[in-house]
Amino acid sequence: MMNNASGPPTDPPAPRTPAVRAEGLTVVRGPRTVLRSLEFTVPRGQITGLLGPSGCGKSTLMRSIVGTQAKVTGTLEVLGRPAGHPTLRTRIGYVTQAPSVYDDLTVRQNLDYFTAILTPGRSTSDRRQEVDRVLADVDLTSHADALAGNLSGGQRSRVSLAVALLGTPELLVLDEPTVGLDPVLRRDLWTLFHSIAADRGATLLISSHVMDEAERCHRLLLMREGEILADDTPDALRTRTGSETVEAAFLHLVDEATAAAREKETTR
Amino acid sequence: MTTTTPTAGTATTPTPVRALNASRTTATAARVLRQLRHDPRTIAMMILIPCVMLFLLRYVFDGSPRTFDNIGASLLGIFPLITMFLVTSIATLRERTSGTLERLLAMPLGKGDLIAGYALAFGIIAIIQSALATGLAVWFLGLDVTGSPWLLLLVALLDALLGTALGLFVSAFAASEFQAVQFMPAVIFPQLLLCGLFTPRSNMHPALEAISDVLPMSYAVDGMNEVLKHTDMTADFVRDALIVAGCALLVLGLGAATLRRRTA
Repeated sequence: MMNNASGPPTDPPAPRTPAVRAEGLTVVRGPRTVLRSLEFTVPRGQITGLLGPSGCGKSTLMRSIVGTQAKVTGTLEVLGRPAGHPTLRTRIGYVTQAPSVYDDLTVRQNLDYFTAILTPGRSTSDRRQEVDRVLADVDLTSHADALAGNLSGGQRSRVSLAVALLGTPELLVLDEPTVGLDPVLRRDLWTLFHSIAADRGATLLISSHVMDEAERCHRLLLMREGEILADDTPDALRTRTGSETVEAAFLHLVDEATAAAREKETTR
Repeated sequence: MTTTTPTAGTATTPTPVRALNASRTTATAARVLRQLRHDPRTIAMMILIPCVMLFLLRYVFDGSPRTFDNIGASLLGIFPLITMFLVTSIATLRERTSGTLERLLAMPLGKGDLIAGYALAFGIIAIIQSALATGLAVWFLGLDVTGSPWLLLLVALLDALLGTALGLFVSAFAASEFQAVQFMPAVIFPQLLLCGLFTPRSNMHPALEAISDVLPMSYAVDGMNEVLKHTDMTADFVRDALIVAGCALLVLGLGAATLRRRTA
Protein backbone atom coordinates (compact mmCIF):
# COMPACT_ATOMS: atom_id res chain seq x y z
CA MET A 1 0.00 0.00 0.00
CA MET A 2 1.09 3.53 -0.65
CA ASN A 3 1.75 5.24 2.60
CA ASN A 4 4.13 8.13 2.94
CA ALA A 5 3.27 9.03 6.51
CA SER A 6 6.08 8.42 8.96
CA GLY A 7 5.72 5.25 10.99
CA PRO A 8 3.51 2.24 10.37
CA PRO A 9 -0.10 2.98 9.50
CA THR A 10 -1.50 1.30 12.60
CA ASP A 11 0.20 3.78 14.95
CA PRO A 12 -2.07 6.21 16.75
CA PRO A 13 -1.86 9.32 14.59
CA ALA A 14 0.13 12.28 15.79
CA PRO A 15 -2.30 15.02 16.81
CA ARG A 16 -1.41 17.17 13.84
CA THR A 17 -1.86 14.67 11.03
CA PRO A 18 -4.31 16.17 8.60
CA ALA A 19 -7.96 15.22 8.95
CA VAL A 20 -7.98 14.00 5.36
CA ARG A 21 -5.02 13.24 3.15
CA ALA A 22 -5.50 12.12 -0.45
CA GLU A 23 -2.89 11.08 -2.97
CA GLY A 24 -3.63 9.74 -6.41
CA LEU A 25 -7.28 9.42 -5.37
CA THR A 26 -9.31 8.11 -8.29
CA VAL A 27 -12.94 7.03 -8.37
CA VAL A 28 -14.62 5.26 -11.24
CA ARG A 29 -18.41 5.09 -11.56
CA GLY A 30 -19.51 2.89 -14.42
CA PRO A 31 -17.67 4.01 -17.55
CA ARG A 32 -16.84 7.44 -16.08
CA THR A 33 -13.81 8.45 -14.08
CA VAL A 34 -15.47 10.82 -11.61
CA LEU A 35 -12.36 11.79 -9.64
CA ARG A 36 -9.02 11.91 -11.40
CA SER A 37 -5.93 11.31 -9.20
CA LEU A 38 -6.66 13.99 -6.62
CA GLU A 39 -4.03 15.17 -4.20
CA PHE A 40 -4.96 17.37 -1.26
CA THR A 41 -5.07 17.60 2.51
CA VAL A 42 -7.78 18.88 4.82
CA PRO A 43 -6.28 20.41 8.00
CA ARG A 44 -7.79 19.63 11.39
CA GLY A 45 -9.90 22.00 13.41
CA GLN A 46 -10.86 24.18 10.46
CA ILE A 47 -13.68 24.60 8.01
CA THR A 48 -12.73 23.53 4.53
CA GLY A 49 -15.14 24.42 1.77
CA LEU A 50 -15.49 22.09 -1.17
CA LEU A 51 -16.72 24.18 -4.04
CA GLY A 52 -17.50 23.59 -7.63
CA PRO A 53 -20.38 23.34 -10.09
CA SER A 54 -22.88 20.53 -9.59
CA GLY A 55 -21.73 17.29 -11.14
CA CYS A 56 -18.03 18.03 -10.60
CA GLY A 57 -17.56 15.15 -8.17
CA LYS A 58 -18.06 16.85 -4.79
CA SER A 59 -20.51 14.27 -3.48
CA THR A 60 -18.42 11.38 -4.76
CA LEU A 61 -15.38 12.79 -2.97
CA MET A 62 -17.38 13.14 0.24
CA ARG A 63 -18.74 9.61 -0.03
CA SER A 64 -15.19 8.35 -0.55
CA ILE A 65 -14.04 10.10 2.62
CA VAL A 66 -16.95 8.69 4.60
CA GLY A 67 -16.28 5.24 3.16
CA THR A 68 -19.54 4.60 1.33
CA GLN A 69 -18.14 4.97 -2.19
CA ALA A 70 -17.11 1.87 -4.11
CA LYS A 71 -14.17 1.67 -6.53
CA VAL A 72 -11.88 4.11 -4.78
CA THR A 73 -8.19 3.73 -5.66
CA GLY A 74 -5.10 5.57 -4.48
CA THR A 75 -4.41 6.76 -0.95
CA LEU A 76 -7.14 8.27 1.15
CA GLU A 77 -6.45 8.67 4.85
CA VAL A 78 -9.09 10.01 7.20
CA LEU A 79 -8.14 10.91 10.78
CA GLY A 80 -5.02 8.81 10.33
CA ARG A 81 -6.84 5.71 9.13
CA PRO A 82 -7.65 4.42 5.67
CA ALA A 83 -11.06 5.78 4.65
CA GLY A 84 -13.90 3.42 5.53
CA HIS A 85 -12.01 1.89 8.49
CA PRO A 86 -14.58 0.53 10.99
CA THR A 87 -13.20 2.64 13.87
CA LEU A 88 -13.94 5.79 11.85
CA ARG A 89 -17.68 5.14 11.87
CA THR A 90 -18.14 6.71 15.30
CA ARG A 91 -15.74 9.57 14.58
CA ILE A 92 -17.29 10.99 11.42
CA GLY A 93 -20.63 12.75 11.07
CA TYR A 94 -22.00 12.69 7.55
CA VAL A 95 -24.91 14.53 5.99
CA THR A 96 -25.99 13.51 2.53
CA GLN A 97 -27.46 16.02 0.11
CA ALA A 98 -30.99 14.65 0.41
CA PRO A 99 -32.05 14.53 4.07
CA SER A 100 -31.69 10.92 5.16
CA VAL A 101 -34.10 10.64 8.05
CA TYR A 102 -37.24 8.60 8.64
CA ASP A 103 -40.23 10.63 7.51
CA ASP A 104 -42.62 8.49 9.54
CA LEU A 105 -40.87 9.18 12.84
CA THR A 106 -40.83 12.36 14.87
CA VAL A 107 -37.67 14.44 14.99
CA ARG A 108 -36.90 13.19 18.48
CA GLN A 109 -37.59 9.57 17.57
CA ASN A 110 -35.19 9.87 14.65
CA LEU A 111 -32.46 11.25 16.90
CA ASP A 112 -33.19 8.70 19.63
CA TYR A 113 -32.71 5.87 17.18
CA PHE A 114 -29.50 7.16 15.62
CA THR A 115 -27.96 7.91 18.99
CA ALA A 116 -28.80 4.38 20.13
CA ILE A 117 -26.95 3.06 17.09
CA LEU A 118 -24.00 5.37 17.60
CA THR A 119 -23.51 4.87 21.32
CA PRO A 120 -25.45 1.86 22.58
CA GLY A 121 -25.52 1.10 26.26
CA ARG A 122 -25.76 4.67 27.49
CA SER A 123 -28.31 5.69 30.05
CA THR A 124 -31.61 7.10 28.88
CA SER A 125 -30.97 10.46 30.53
CA ASP A 126 -27.53 10.73 28.89
CA ARG A 127 -29.12 10.10 25.53
CA ARG A 128 -31.91 12.54 26.15
CA GLN A 129 -29.37 15.22 27.03
CA GLU A 130 -27.46 14.50 23.85
CA VAL A 131 -30.60 14.68 21.72
CA ASP A 132 -31.65 17.94 23.42
CA ARG A 133 -28.22 19.39 22.71
CA VAL A 134 -28.27 18.67 18.97
CA LEU A 135 -31.90 19.82 18.73
CA ALA A 136 -30.83 23.16 20.19
CA ASP A 137 -27.80 23.26 17.86
CA VAL A 138 -30.00 23.15 14.77
CA ASP A 139 -32.78 25.22 16.37
CA LEU A 140 -35.46 22.54 16.17
CA THR A 141 -36.33 22.17 19.86
CA SER A 142 -39.84 23.46 19.21
CA HIS A 143 -40.36 20.86 16.48
CA ALA A 144 -39.01 17.88 18.43
CA ASP A 145 -42.32 16.05 18.40
CA ALA A 146 -43.32 16.79 14.82
CA LEU A 147 -43.17 14.04 12.22
CA ALA A 148 -40.10 14.56 10.05
CA GLY A 149 -42.26 14.05 6.97
CA ASN A 150 -44.45 17.01 7.94
CA LEU A 151 -41.55 19.45 8.19
CA SER A 152 -40.45 21.86 5.49
CA GLY A 153 -37.48 20.98 3.30
CA GLY A 154 -35.13 23.20 5.26
CA GLN A 155 -36.28 21.78 8.56
CA ARG A 156 -35.82 18.22 7.37
CA SER A 157 -32.29 18.94 6.24
CA ARG A 158 -31.61 20.35 9.70
CA VAL A 159 -32.86 17.11 11.25
CA SER A 160 -30.41 15.32 9.01
CA LEU A 161 -27.67 17.67 10.19
CA ALA A 162 -28.66 17.09 13.82
CA VAL A 163 -28.14 13.35 13.33
CA ALA A 164 -24.60 14.03 12.13
CA LEU A 165 -23.89 16.14 15.23
CA LEU A 166 -24.72 13.25 17.58
CA GLY A 167 -21.78 11.80 19.45
CA THR A 168 -19.53 14.86 18.88
CA PRO A 169 -17.70 13.62 15.79
CA GLU A 170 -14.13 14.73 15.08
CA LEU A 171 -14.86 15.18 11.39
CA LEU A 172 -18.09 16.47 9.91
CA VAL A 173 -18.68 15.86 6.22
CA LEU A 174 -21.61 17.99 5.11
CA ASP A 175 -22.90 17.77 1.57
CA GLU A 176 -24.59 21.08 0.74
CA PRO A 177 -26.10 21.55 4.22
CA THR A 178 -27.43 25.04 3.53
CA VAL A 179 -29.22 24.42 0.24
CA GLY A 180 -32.76 25.78 0.25
CA LEU A 181 -32.41 27.60 3.56
CA ASP A 182 -33.31 31.23 4.10
CA PRO A 183 -30.51 33.75 4.72
CA VAL A 184 -31.12 33.98 8.48
CA LEU A 185 -30.89 30.23 8.94
CA ARG A 186 -27.87 30.02 6.71
CA ARG A 187 -26.11 32.62 8.80
CA ASP A 188 -27.07 30.79 12.01
CA LEU A 189 -25.80 27.49 10.65
CA TRP A 190 -22.49 29.01 9.61
CA THR A 191 -22.15 30.45 13.11
CA LEU A 192 -22.79 26.96 14.43
CA PHE A 193 -20.20 25.47 12.07
CA HIS A 194 -17.62 28.00 13.26
CA SER A 195 -18.35 27.30 16.90
CA ILE A 196 -18.08 23.55 16.28
CA ALA A 197 -14.65 24.09 14.75
CA ALA A 198 -13.49 26.60 17.38
CA ASP A 199 -14.96 25.13 20.59
CA ARG A 200 -14.93 21.42 19.88
CA GLY A 201 -11.84 21.42 17.69
CA ALA A 202 -13.70 19.46 15.04
CA THR A 203 -12.87 19.49 11.36
CA LEU A 204 -15.60 20.40 8.90
CA LEU A 205 -15.67 19.65 5.22
CA ILE A 206 -18.61 21.47 3.69
CA SER A 207 -19.61 21.36 0.06
CA SER A 208 -21.52 24.06 -1.67
CA HIS A 209 -22.07 25.40 -5.12
CA VAL A 210 -22.93 28.82 -3.73
CA MET A 211 -19.73 30.80 -3.94
CA ASP A 212 -20.60 33.44 -1.36
CA GLU A 213 -20.41 30.74 1.29
CA ALA A 214 -16.78 30.24 0.33
CA GLU A 215 -15.86 33.45 2.12
CA ARG A 216 -16.90 31.88 5.40
CA CYS A 217 -14.44 28.97 5.12
CA HIS A 218 -10.88 28.82 6.42
CA ARG A 219 -9.71 26.92 3.39
CA LEU A 220 -11.12 26.09 0.01
CA LEU A 221 -10.88 23.20 -2.37
CA LEU A 222 -12.10 24.31 -5.77
CA MET A 223 -13.20 21.44 -7.95
CA ARG A 224 -14.11 21.14 -11.57
CA GLU A 225 -14.76 18.03 -13.66
CA GLY A 226 -13.24 15.62 -11.17
CA GLU A 227 -10.08 17.61 -10.61
CA ILE A 228 -8.93 20.05 -7.96
CA LEU A 229 -8.33 23.49 -9.40
CA ALA A 230 -7.08 25.11 -6.22
CA ASP A 231 -6.39 24.28 -2.58
CA ASP A 232 -5.85 27.49 -0.64
CA THR A 233 -7.31 30.07 1.73
CA PRO A 234 -9.97 32.43 0.31
CA ASP A 235 -7.61 35.39 0.73
CA ALA A 236 -4.71 33.72 -1.03
CA LEU A 237 -7.00 32.70 -3.88
CA ARG A 238 -8.22 36.21 -4.39
CA THR A 239 -4.73 37.65 -4.23
CA ARG A 240 -3.27 35.03 -6.56
CA THR A 241 -5.88 35.61 -9.23
CA GLY A 242 -6.22 39.34 -8.63
CA SER A 243 -9.95 38.97 -8.09
CA GLU A 244 -12.40 40.72 -5.82
CA THR A 245 -14.41 37.66 -4.82
CA VAL A 246 -13.89 33.93 -4.58
CA GLU A 247 -16.43 33.54 -7.36
CA ALA A 248 -14.32 35.69 -9.68
CA ALA A 249 -11.22 33.76 -8.60
CA PHE A 250 -12.94 30.49 -9.41
CA LEU A 251 -14.01 31.69 -12.85
CA HIS A 252 -10.50 32.94 -13.49
CA LEU A 253 -9.06 29.53 -12.60
CA VAL A 254 -11.65 27.75 -14.75
CA ASP A 255 -10.76 29.91 -17.77
CA GLU A 256 -7.10 29.26 -17.14
CA ALA A 257 -7.67 25.51 -16.97
CA THR A 258 -9.79 25.52 -20.12
CA ALA A 259 -7.16 27.51 -22.00
CA ALA A 260 -4.43 25.12 -20.83
CA ALA A 261 -6.47 22.14 -21.93
CA ARG A 262 -7.10 23.71 -25.34
CA GLU A 263 -3.42 24.39 -25.78
CA LYS A 264 -2.59 20.81 -25.00
CA GLU A 265 -5.16 19.73 -27.57
CA THR A 266 -3.71 21.89 -30.34
CA THR A 267 -0.08 21.02 -29.72
CA ARG A 268 -0.90 17.33 -29.83
CA MET B 1 -6.79 -8.34 10.21
CA THR B 2 -4.70 -6.60 12.79
CA THR B 3 -6.56 -5.08 15.65
CA THR B 4 -5.71 -1.53 16.54
CA THR B 5 -5.97 0.33 19.77
CA PRO B 6 -8.55 3.09 19.95
CA THR B 7 -7.12 6.35 18.73
CA ALA B 8 -5.91 8.84 21.25
CA GLY B 9 -8.03 11.92 21.54
CA THR B 10 -11.42 10.26 21.74
CA ALA B 11 -13.06 10.73 25.09
CA THR B 12 -14.90 7.42 25.18
CA THR B 13 -13.88 4.11 23.71
CA PRO B 14 -16.17 3.51 20.76
CA THR B 15 -18.28 0.39 21.04
CA PRO B 16 -16.82 -2.07 18.58
CA VAL B 17 -18.90 -3.26 15.66
CA ARG B 18 -19.72 -6.89 16.21
CA ALA B 19 -21.77 -9.19 14.06
CA LEU B 20 -24.71 -8.77 16.36
CA ASN B 21 -25.21 -6.23 19.11
CA ALA B 22 -28.29 -6.78 21.23
CA SER B 23 -29.03 -3.15 22.02
CA ARG B 24 -28.54 -2.00 18.41
CA THR B 25 -30.81 -4.82 17.25
CA THR B 26 -33.57 -3.99 19.70
CA ALA B 27 -33.21 -0.27 18.97
CA THR B 28 -33.72 -1.07 15.28
CA ALA B 29 -36.73 -3.27 15.99
CA ALA B 30 -38.23 -0.56 18.21
CA ARG B 31 -37.64 2.01 15.49
CA VAL B 32 -39.37 -0.15 12.85
CA LEU B 33 -42.36 -0.67 15.16
CA ARG B 34 -42.47 3.06 15.95
CA GLN B 35 -42.59 3.82 12.24
CA LEU B 36 -45.52 1.44 11.92
CA ARG B 37 -47.28 3.04 14.85
CA HIS B 38 -47.41 6.30 12.93
CA ASP B 39 -49.23 4.38 10.20
CA PRO B 40 -52.24 2.86 11.98
CA ARG B 41 -54.02 2.02 8.76
CA THR B 42 -51.23 -0.33 7.71
CA ILE B 43 -51.33 -2.02 11.10
CA ALA B 44 -55.10 -2.43 10.87
CA MET B 45 -54.83 -3.93 7.41
CA MET B 46 -52.04 -6.31 8.40
CA ILE B 47 -54.03 -7.57 11.35
CA LEU B 48 -57.58 -7.55 10.00
CA ILE B 49 -57.29 -8.69 6.39
CA PRO B 50 -56.27 -12.29 7.25
CA CYS B 51 -59.23 -12.51 9.64
CA VAL B 52 -61.65 -11.17 7.03
CA MET B 53 -60.34 -13.59 4.43
CA LEU B 54 -60.73 -16.54 6.78
CA PHE B 55 -64.25 -15.42 7.59
CA LEU B 56 -65.01 -15.19 3.88
CA LEU B 57 -63.50 -18.59 3.23
CA ARG B 58 -65.52 -20.20 5.97
CA TYR B 59 -68.77 -19.22 4.28
CA VAL B 60 -67.54 -19.85 0.75
CA PHE B 61 -67.10 -23.47 1.81
CA ASP B 62 -70.23 -23.43 3.92
CA GLY B 63 -71.35 -26.77 2.51
CA SER B 64 -68.00 -28.58 2.85
CA PRO B 65 -66.32 -27.93 6.21
CA ARG B 66 -63.54 -30.45 5.37
CA THR B 67 -62.36 -28.20 2.55
CA PHE B 68 -62.39 -25.21 4.87
CA ASP B 69 -60.24 -27.17 7.33
CA ASN B 70 -57.64 -27.91 4.65
CA ILE B 71 -57.52 -24.56 2.95
CA GLY B 72 -58.00 -22.60 6.16
CA ALA B 73 -55.04 -24.24 7.85
CA SER B 74 -52.86 -23.70 4.78
CA LEU B 75 -53.86 -20.06 4.61
CA LEU B 76 -52.92 -19.55 8.24
CA GLY B 77 -49.39 -20.31 7.08
CA ILE B 78 -49.57 -18.33 3.86
CA PHE B 79 -50.97 -15.03 5.17
CA PRO B 80 -48.03 -14.10 7.37
CA LEU B 81 -45.61 -15.01 4.60
CA ILE B 82 -47.31 -12.75 2.05
CA THR B 83 -47.91 -9.81 4.42
CA MET B 84 -44.38 -9.80 5.75
CA PHE B 85 -42.96 -10.21 2.27
CA LEU B 86 -44.79 -7.12 1.06
CA VAL B 87 -44.13 -5.00 4.12
CA THR B 88 -40.45 -5.86 4.34
CA SER B 89 -39.72 -5.42 0.64
CA ILE B 90 -41.27 -1.95 0.66
CA ALA B 91 -39.74 -0.97 4.01
CA THR B 92 -36.21 -1.93 3.02
CA LEU B 93 -36.62 -0.40 -0.42
CA ARG B 94 -37.57 2.86 1.27
CA GLU B 95 -34.57 2.50 3.53
CA ARG B 96 -32.35 2.09 0.49
CA THR B 97 -33.83 4.95 -1.55
CA SER B 98 -34.21 7.48 1.29
CA GLY B 99 -30.50 7.34 2.11
CA THR B 100 -31.12 6.11 5.65
CA LEU B 101 -29.49 2.79 4.79
CA GLU B 102 -26.36 4.56 3.59
CA ARG B 103 -26.35 6.64 6.75
CA LEU B 104 -26.80 3.59 8.98
CA LEU B 105 -24.06 1.65 7.24
CA ALA B 106 -21.73 4.64 7.63
CA MET B 107 -22.47 4.35 11.36
CA PRO B 108 -21.32 1.53 13.60
CA LEU B 109 -24.34 -0.63 12.79
CA GLY B 110 -23.72 -4.24 11.85
CA LYS B 111 -25.65 -5.61 8.89
CA GLY B 112 -26.79 -8.41 11.17
CA ASP B 113 -28.20 -5.84 13.63
CA LEU B 114 -30.30 -4.27 10.92
CA ILE B 115 -31.63 -7.56 9.57
CA ALA B 116 -32.25 -9.04 12.99
CA GLY B 117 -33.99 -5.80 13.98
CA TYR B 118 -36.36 -6.05 11.05
CA ALA B 119 -36.94 -9.76 11.64
CA LEU B 120 -37.68 -9.09 15.31
CA ALA B 121 -40.11 -6.24 14.62
CA PHE B 122 -42.03 -8.06 11.91
CA GLY B 123 -41.89 -11.28 13.90
CA ILE B 124 -43.79 -9.52 16.71
CA ILE B 125 -46.38 -8.23 14.25
CA ALA B 126 -46.64 -11.71 12.75
CA ILE B 127 -47.29 -13.23 16.18
CA ILE B 128 -50.17 -10.81 16.77
CA GLN B 129 -51.54 -11.35 13.29
CA SER B 130 -51.30 -15.13 13.47
CA ALA B 131 -52.65 -15.33 17.00
CA LEU B 132 -55.76 -13.42 15.99
CA ALA B 133 -56.26 -15.35 12.75
CA THR B 134 -55.65 -18.71 14.41
CA GLY B 135 -57.89 -17.87 17.34
CA LEU B 136 -60.67 -16.74 15.05
CA ALA B 137 -60.37 -19.81 12.83
CA VAL B 138 -60.19 -22.35 15.65
CA TRP B 139 -62.69 -20.93 18.13
CA PHE B 140 -65.19 -19.02 16.03
CA LEU B 141 -65.10 -20.47 12.55
CA GLY B 142 -64.89 -24.09 13.64
CA LEU B 143 -61.59 -24.94 12.01
CA ASP B 144 -61.06 -28.52 13.05
CA VAL B 145 -57.45 -28.87 14.21
CA THR B 146 -56.36 -32.21 15.68
CA GLY B 147 -53.00 -30.93 16.94
CA SER B 148 -52.12 -28.00 19.13
CA PRO B 149 -52.98 -24.47 17.95
CA TRP B 150 -49.58 -23.46 19.39
CA LEU B 151 -47.91 -25.47 16.67
CA LEU B 152 -50.00 -23.63 14.08
CA LEU B 153 -48.73 -20.40 15.60
CA LEU B 154 -45.14 -21.64 15.49
CA VAL B 155 -45.36 -22.45 11.79
CA ALA B 156 -47.05 -19.11 11.14
CA LEU B 157 -44.17 -17.33 12.87
CA LEU B 158 -41.58 -19.23 10.84
CA ASP B 159 -43.53 -18.35 7.69
CA ALA B 160 -43.49 -14.70 8.68
CA LEU B 161 -39.73 -14.86 9.09
CA LEU B 162 -39.45 -16.48 5.69
CA GLY B 163 -41.60 -13.69 4.22
CA THR B 164 -39.41 -11.06 5.90
CA ALA B 165 -36.30 -12.75 4.56
CA LEU B 166 -37.63 -13.00 1.00
CA GLY B 167 -38.84 -9.40 1.06
CA LEU B 168 -35.48 -8.14 2.27
CA PHE B 169 -33.70 -10.12 -0.40
CA VAL B 170 -35.82 -9.08 -3.38
CA SER B 171 -35.82 -5.42 -2.34
CA ALA B 172 -32.17 -5.36 -3.43
CA PHE B 173 -33.30 -6.05 -6.99
CA ALA B 174 -36.12 -3.51 -7.07
CA ALA B 175 -35.31 0.02 -8.13
CA SER B 176 -38.79 1.34 -7.36
CA GLU B 177 -41.93 0.52 -5.39
CA PHE B 178 -43.58 -0.53 -8.67
CA GLN B 179 -40.94 -3.18 -9.18
CA ALA B 180 -41.06 -4.24 -5.55
CA VAL B 181 -44.78 -5.05 -5.62
CA GLN B 182 -44.31 -6.93 -8.90
CA PHE B 183 -41.97 -9.29 -7.08
CA MET B 184 -44.98 -10.49 -5.16
CA PRO B 185 -46.57 -12.24 -8.19
CA ALA B 186 -43.11 -13.25 -9.36
CA VAL B 187 -41.89 -14.80 -6.11
CA ILE B 188 -45.06 -15.65 -4.18
CA PHE B 189 -47.65 -16.71 -6.79
CA PRO B 190 -45.68 -19.65 -8.22
CA GLN B 191 -45.19 -20.94 -4.69
CA LEU B 192 -48.87 -20.42 -4.00
CA LEU B 193 -49.83 -22.52 -7.04
CA LEU B 194 -47.32 -25.25 -6.27
CA CYS B 195 -47.56 -25.46 -2.49
CA GLY B 196 -50.45 -27.91 -2.44
CA LEU B 197 -53.14 -25.41 -1.59
CA PHE B 198 -55.24 -26.07 -4.69
CA THR B 199 -54.44 -29.72 -5.24
CA PRO B 200 -52.19 -32.17 -3.38
CA ARG B 201 -48.64 -31.89 -4.61
CA SER B 202 -48.60 -35.63 -5.45
CA ASN B 203 -51.30 -35.02 -8.10
CA MET B 204 -49.18 -32.52 -10.01
CA HIS B 205 -47.13 -33.17 -13.12
CA PRO B 206 -43.91 -34.83 -11.88
CA ALA B 207 -41.85 -31.89 -13.10
CA LEU B 208 -43.98 -29.44 -11.10
CA GLU B 209 -43.97 -31.73 -8.10
CA ALA B 210 -40.17 -31.74 -8.22
CA ILE B 211 -40.16 -27.95 -8.33
CA SER B 212 -42.62 -27.74 -5.44
CA ASP B 213 -40.23 -29.95 -3.47
CA VAL B 214 -37.63 -27.19 -3.45
CA LEU B 215 -39.97 -24.27 -2.74
CA PRO B 216 -40.16 -23.33 0.94
CA MET B 217 -43.88 -22.50 0.97
CA SER B 218 -44.65 -26.16 0.22
CA TYR B 219 -43.17 -27.10 3.57
CA ALA B 220 -45.03 -24.30 5.31
CA VAL B 221 -48.32 -25.72 4.04
CA ASP B 222 -47.27 -29.34 4.71
CA GLY B 223 -46.40 -28.37 8.27
CA MET B 224 -49.82 -26.80 8.79
CA ASN B 225 -51.50 -29.90 7.45
CA GLU B 226 -49.48 -32.11 9.82
CA VAL B 227 -50.85 -30.13 12.76
CA LEU B 228 -54.32 -30.37 11.27
CA LYS B 229 -54.26 -34.15 11.09
CA HIS B 230 -52.10 -35.37 13.97
CA THR B 231 -52.38 -34.86 17.72
CA ASP B 232 -48.63 -35.08 18.34
CA MET B 233 -45.68 -33.31 16.90
CA THR B 234 -44.80 -35.72 14.09
CA ALA B 235 -41.36 -36.25 12.62
CA ASP B 236 -42.68 -34.80 9.37
CA PHE B 237 -43.81 -31.67 11.19
CA VAL B 238 -40.38 -31.19 12.74
CA ARG B 239 -38.76 -31.66 9.34
CA ASP B 240 -41.13 -29.16 7.70
CA ALA B 241 -40.61 -26.58 10.42
CA LEU B 242 -36.83 -26.99 10.23
CA ILE B 243 -36.86 -26.61 6.44
CA VAL B 244 -38.89 -23.39 6.64
CA ALA B 245 -36.64 -22.02 9.39
CA GLY B 246 -33.52 -23.05 7.49
CA CYS B 247 -34.77 -21.36 4.31
CA ALA B 248 -35.58 -18.20 6.25
CA LEU B 249 -32.06 -18.09 7.73
CA LEU B 250 -30.48 -18.82 4.35
CA VAL B 251 -32.41 -16.06 2.61
CA LEU B 252 -31.71 -13.65 5.49
CA GLY B 253 -28.03 -14.40 4.93
CA LEU B 254 -28.43 -13.69 1.22
CA GLY B 255 -30.27 -10.48 2.13
CA ALA B 256 -27.36 -9.44 4.36
CA ALA B 257 -25.03 -9.94 1.43
CA THR B 258 -27.05 -7.43 -0.60
CA LEU B 259 -26.44 -4.69 1.98
CA ARG B 260 -23.23 -3.02 0.88
CA ARG B 261 -21.40 -0.42 2.89
CA ARG B 262 -19.78 0.83 -0.29
CA THR B 263 -21.93 1.45 -3.32
CA ALA B 264 -21.29 2.94 -6.74
